[in-house]
Amino acid sequence: MTLPLRRTCREVTRLVLASDDRPLGLADRIALRLHWLACNNCSRFRAQAKTMRQAIDRWRTYREE
Amino acid sequence: MPPAKSSAVQDFATQVEALRPQLMRYARSQLRNDAWAEDAVSETLLAALEKPQSFAGQSQLKTWLVGVLKHKLIDQLRRQSREATVLTQDDGEDLDEALFDDTGHWREPVIDWGDPELRLTQQQFLAALEACCTQLPPVQGRVFMMREWLELETAEICKALDITPTNLWVLLHRARLRLRECLQLSWLSRPTAA
Repeated sequence: MTLPLRRTCREVTRLVLASDDRPLGLADRIALRLHWLACNNCSRFRAQAKTMRQAIDRWRTYREE
Repeated sequence: MPPAKSSAVQDFATQVEALRPQLMRYARSQLRNDAWAEDAVSETLLAALEKPQSFAGQSQLKTWLVGVLKHKLIDQLRRQSREATVLTQDDGEDLDEALFDDTGHWREPVIDWGDPELRLTQQQFLAALEACCTQLPPVQGRVFMMREWLELETAEICKALDITPTNLWVLLHRARLRLRECLQLSWLSRPTAA
């Protein structure tokens, strides 16, 4: 049986990247939190995505200097 | 003989022309097509030369030109939307299969990047990002740059390119995963003394 809040690593990765382009629903946000609590790989991916996000925001200004 | 132009106008033309190479770089990175890029930059320069204005220095002029260019780039993408969205084989490739097994688990452990800026100068760090963006397949590159450089909303991108939101989500997802692969290689390898 699959719980409605269970997401695979693949789905979690898709949601993390998608959150740069659209707001996530409440169920997805809760599912992400639950998944991160239990999964080191996805927690590290989350940190990578954050580093990328911040870098892209700075790059936008940097490339036009 | 036409009367000599005022030196201010000549200066302006010279300054505008001097920025052409940089505008071409931006245009190429966004459009991924040299002919389209030439058109967009020419239209931008023409718009500037038709309305000479005074700017407090080269950097203010550049900011203004880049602003005009961004509009010309979107016009160009709209005009070429059909051709601009034809997927190459690379565009169609999904990294998900390589990263995850059949049960949706990571095949390889995810690496802790730490803070890449402790290993690289700010210049190296952002130059690597720039390089990785230009290495994206053409359609992925176009939509990614529309989103992250031109800062368009996803609905605006769909409308300009005449694609569905689902198509766009898939392309952006692939682009971001590819970018991550490329950045991991650049950011985690120590800079060589070259």
